[in-house]
Amino acid sequence: MADFLIGLGLPGWLAWSIAALVAAVLLHNVIAGGALVFIWAERKIAARIQDRLGPTRTGGRFGWLQSLADGIKLLAKEDLMPEGADGLLFRLAPYVSFCASFCAFIALPFAFDVVGQRLNVGVFFVVAVLGLEVFGVILAGYASASKWSLFGAMREAAQVVSYEVPLGMCVVVPVMLAGTMDLVTIAEKQSGWMSNWYLFHDPFTFVIFWVYVTCAVASVNRAPFDLAEAESELVAGFHTEYSGLRWSFFFMAEYGSMFLVSALAAVLFLGGWNGPVPVAQLVGLSEGTGDSAAYFVRLLGLANLIGKATFGVLLMMWVRWTLPRLRIDQVMTTCLKYCTPIAAVMFAGAMFWQLFLPGGLLPGWSRPAGEIREGWLEGPGGLPATSAPAVRSAGVAAAEPSDSSGLATRSPR
Amino acid sequence: MTGMLDMDISSMTHVIVPALATTALPALPMAGINWHSVLFLLFAGLACGFAVGVVAADNVVRMALYLVFSLGATAGLFFLAGAEFLGAMQLMIYVGGTLVLLVFGVMLTAQAPFVSIKPSSSDRTLAAVAGASLLALLLTAAFSVDAWMAPGAGVVPAPTATPLGMALVGVRVDTPPSGSPSGGHVGYMLPFEIVSVHLLVVLVGAAYLARAKRRRTPRAIDAVASAMPVEPTVVATAAVTAPGRTTGGAKSALVGGGR
Repeated sequence: MADFLIGLGLPGWLAWSIAALVAAVLLHNVIAGGALVFIWAERKIAARIQDRLGPTRTGGRFGWLQSLADGIKLLAKEDLMPEGADGLLFRLAPYVSFCASFCAFIALPFAFDVVGQRLNVGVFFVVAVLGLEVFGVILAGYASASKWSLFGAMREAAQVVSYEVPLGMCVVVPVMLAGTMDLVTIAEKQSGWMSNWYLFHDPFTFVIFWVYVTCAVASVNRAPFDLAEAESELVAGFHTEYSGLRWSFFFMAEYGSMFLVSALAAVLFLGGWNGPVPVAQLVGLSEGTGDSAAYFVRLLGLANLIGKATFGVLLMMWVRWTLPRLRIDQVMTTCLKYCTPIAAVMFAGAMFWQLFLPGGLLPGWSRPAGEIREGWLEGPGGLPATSAPAVRSAGVAAAEPSDSSGLATRSPR
Repeated sequence: MTGMLDMDISSMTHVIVPALATTALPALPMAGINWHSVLFLLFAGLACGFAVGVVAADNVVRMALYLVFSLGATAGLFFLAGAEFLGAMQLMIYVGGTLVLLVFGVMLTAQAPFVSIKPSSSDRTLAAVAGASLLALLLTAAFSVDAWMAPGAGVVPAPTATPLGMALVGVRVDTPPSGSPSGGHVGYMLPFEIVSVHLLVVLVGAAYLARAKRRRTPRAIDAVASAMPVEPTVVATAAVTAPGRTTGGAKSALVGGGR
């Protein structure tokens, strides 16, 4: 995009700024627009599960404008602050939460090469930044000068710090299978038919996906893990004292995080932007080239990924309105006594599977194993070209046995 | 093998093109402003400013918050330098670790709202002397390195995590192998193993120290329930809403606050 603008005659700095601005606005709209849609969907799903109708009138049929009406109502509300509150921290907290949620989207790929900033450590970055969202919650709870808020914030802190352990273990498994932390490469390695998804790589990854789902729901504070805002115990938890637009920032952050962890699950386990059936590859289109067909393929991938992430969000809503809330000790037990050991065992199992059965159980079952590398070996300032093959055979064989198993030369299909 | 090389090169362009956006901005028009330096000064100023804020603030939670911002700006510096792994590490360990500091700050000062901490003037003087001497030492050391006085080296190779991971399992891919039988530099397999075993020992020890002590006496909730006969629903409510805080104080507060 920036290259295109430079080609139009714009100076470089302006071109880069415009390109960055477009990406930022698009990502922002994913969160804000997503929140509008998801809040409406949540109302409808909750209503249907509870045998009600939900919003029906606003905007004609199905009440599809209900979220917008809510937004206008929130805009018109008075911005209250408790008398004893720490003003600076109270005002800052929603923005901290929202910024953390937004920043994690930078490294999230939406389709091949449709990514804000392709990071070599994408998985790590997303998990690290997502963990910062809890700062806003703790600041809100502390600065509100309310015991309900403080209770909610401390519960949230305990929960998030605990659930980062099994979540990290779950995330490591696809990283190990792919041999890279680059989200784009991880998704590329699952291209082809649905059986190439890491969810179906081996039994261990299938189990660990469900552990990831549990931990993801807990890490974004959704019921049955919504201890931080348990409305039957703590009024509204950490955002008891918030009103109006500041309050809605917390909710945009929450829905943004829900979408983010769902999209991360899609990229790590569900093939990313690769659909269940490789339609584009079957008709001979490729996403790597620069022609217009490639853009069409990327658009298809974008729809795929957003569809998968939306399905994940809807799953979370279904879980929320079906299961009762856990107690705090049950939350901790779920994390430390079940999720962490299961994740550890599944991690070891996936490791041994990759070591001894890199091609899968069925002979002749091919995977796109080794063709897609990160491309750092021939990079500028990297190795001279002559030494690259030797290092590749030594290093790659050590890191990823499937490369040396003879499957590497096969085509994905 | 040639197919793999082609694939590498074609994907390489995708790695480098976004990296240019942040790292290769010099030599542009607009009066020759070096945008890399501008961004560097921005992040460095943020880091230093919030560091001063940590010292100047008198509220523990605000101090922790300023520390978070300062460390986050440092992570931005790492990202600006192309060290993505180090930047993400900084976010994960330092910024995330400050979270625990923040929690402790909240817990320690939650007795009275917004306790302020004012060090005595002698403490301030001592800290100022120590800090200034360390700063002077670091500044002279930094300015004595000639290579750091020149402008930046431009584009750094974007991927950083994979060579690091390779080095940790004993394969150094960042240095070309020399003629020696070991193939140039050895990796960091042994330090990595030592550190990981050390961490495991620390984890086990922490779990041992923090484990729940086996109760000799009956639980407090039972004692309360037997000493003060109340209707069973209230006890059940207390057990549900305040697990872990099943002392008489929490219960009475709940009963009193609920009415």
